[in-house]
Amino acid sequence: MIATESLSKRFPRVTALDRLSVDVGPGVTGLVGANGAGKSTLIKILLGLSPATEGRAEVLGLDVATKGGDIRERVGYMPEHDCLPPDVSATEFVVHMARMSGLPPAAARERTADTLRHVGLYEERYRPIGGYSTGMKQRVKLAQALVHDPQLVLLDEPTNGLDPVGRDDMLALIRRIYADFGISVLVTSHLLGELERTCDHVVVIDGGKLLRSSSTTDFTQNTTTLAIEVTDTDAHPDGTDAVRDALHARGVDVLDADSGLPGAGHILLLTAQGEETYDVVRDVVADLGLGLVRMEQRRHHISEVFKDSDAERKEAVGHGG
Amino acid sequence: MAVEQPTRAGDQTRIHNIGYRSYDGPRLGRAYATRSLYSQSLRGSYGLGRSVKSKVLPMLLFVVMCVPAAIMVAVAVATKANDLPVDYTRYAIIMQAVISLYVASQAPQSVSRDLRFKTVPLYFSRPIETADYVRAKYAALASAMFVLTAAPLLVLYVGALLAKLDFTDQTKGFAQGLVSVALLSLLFAGIGLVIASVTPRRGFGIAAVIAVLTISYGAVTTLQAIADAQGTTDAVPWIGLFSPVTLIDGVQSAFLGANSAFPGAAGPSNGEGVVYVLAVLGLIAACYGLLLRRYRKVGL
Repeated sequence: MIATESLSKRFPRVTALDRLSVDVGPGVTGLVGANGAGKSTLIKILLGLSPATEGRAEVLGLDVATKGGDIRERVGYMPEHDCLPPDVSATEFVVHMARMSGLPPAAARERTADTLRHVGLYEERYRPIGGYSTGMKQRVKLAQALVHDPQLVLLDEPTNGLDPVGRDDMLALIRRIYADFGISVLVTSHLLGELERTCDHVVVIDGGKLLRSSSTTDFTQNTTTLAIEVTDTDAHPDGTDAVRDALHARGVDVLDADSGLPGAGHILLLTAQGEETYDVVRDVVADLGLGLVRMEQRRHHISEVFKDSDAERKEAVGHGG
Repeated sequence: MAVEQPTRAGDQTRIHNIGYRSYDGPRLGRAYATRSLYSQSLRGSYGLGRSVKSKVLPMLLFVVMCVPAAIMVAVAVATKANDLPVDYTRYAIIMQAVISLYVASQAPQSVSRDLRFKTVPLYFSRPIETADYVRAKYAALASAMFVLTAAPLLVLYVGALLAKLDFTDQTKGFAQGLVSVALLSLLFAGIGLVIASVTPRRGFGIAAVIAVLTISYGAVTTLQAIADAQGTTDAVPWIGLFSPVTLIDGVQSAFLGANSAFPGAAGPSNGEGVVYVLAVLGLIAACYGLLLRRYRKVGL
């Protein structure tokens, strides 16, 4: 779908992309990076709107430098920012955008009705966009990117500004774009947890450089982490602490849980070495007379990719100094 | 048989959940998209396809443009006059305030909204290029202004023929009038769009366009009147080069058989007229160039 080869983009003062080489196949691909990591610059180059300083990029097998128009006819783009005029209805707006993509008038109207239905806009599509909620506006933005039935859509931060329910809906919709509609998706986000659930493949860039590119299963299934939560009793006012000490005595080290992950403080995380780890935990908790609230397998979070790389970087700096 | 098979309503009113249907019809590409943008913008200039509120002003101005022409025709027919009270070429000069108001209200409507609501990046994520966008918007506003300025001329022409005025005379005058308003439309649309494309704020755009058009016209006519009063009549045509309305006046009085509205009817001679034509064409080209430059930077 997308292939870049030592793609660089330099502005007078900043290097937005630095010899980036990635290969993105069909499916839902997440493009992760902090703000300013070069995500939007990459999208501009992929749409053929901004020339790369060096390197090459191909989208759907078309060179971005020479075939920009052909690419834009087959690719949908949903920008991060607001882009909707408030005084027209969703239907009128999306019909217009469909015609701007080259669809004949009748087809544009038909596709608009279909697409708005698929993104979940019904009666309200005849009302002016100005009165829509953020969630509905995001759906209209998504609809205009899908209305011409592209082979690939580029979604720039589609969950921005949405509440948790809206976020989940949007992510489910993104999943459907590939699963049901057969349209490949490149979705950017700075929230890793979201992409973990939605994407088949994740590309992490930082400072314009490729940090990592692999499938989400690779990211999250290298090792199994166990999460344990226990009750407190009179004998052990801090049950969590008691279990940590007891496990330590049995030679099982507990990972530091207060690393910003949910439930930190009350949840112990440890690496399962095999079947016997489960038995050890059970025995320890039973010996202490505590109640075991939960013991579950937890997948690694993509955020650990960042933590690892940060640690490596610090190490490198440490060695250098 | 047929009687024994009653049609059940459920059979015909069932809602089918047809899943996603892909599109494999024609994709008409860049030129078609540009034409679509042109027609959408042209309709938008008269509030068509937009809210009722946005139809009021352009429609009102259109009516205001045509009513005097209708009255003149009525008078000419009733009094069996030998000629229309106003030349075809002069009509737009007389109605210039209405025309200025129209371009001031519709140029920002056409381009400032796209900037303000950031719709421009969406256009450029489509097959069209920046130059296509500029051409479509420019052509649309110029066409809308041509409709505004040519419609009253058509009223005059039809009225003149009904009043059985001389056909050759009227046709010639009508044709000259059309050429004149076509130039005027291109010039005014260009100036209006260049100013409006600088600001995403519609109010600023409207004020700026009105200011540029009326201040330049006011300054030029004042200077011309002073020059005329002091007897330096030679300077009058040269001063006229500095406002859009007097430019058009100059071109048509030199080449389109119009009587100049300059003080003392001191329109430019043929030689000076060439300078006028060059100035008008140069301005139109400059506006187009500036718009292209403006949008080259917008991007995503």
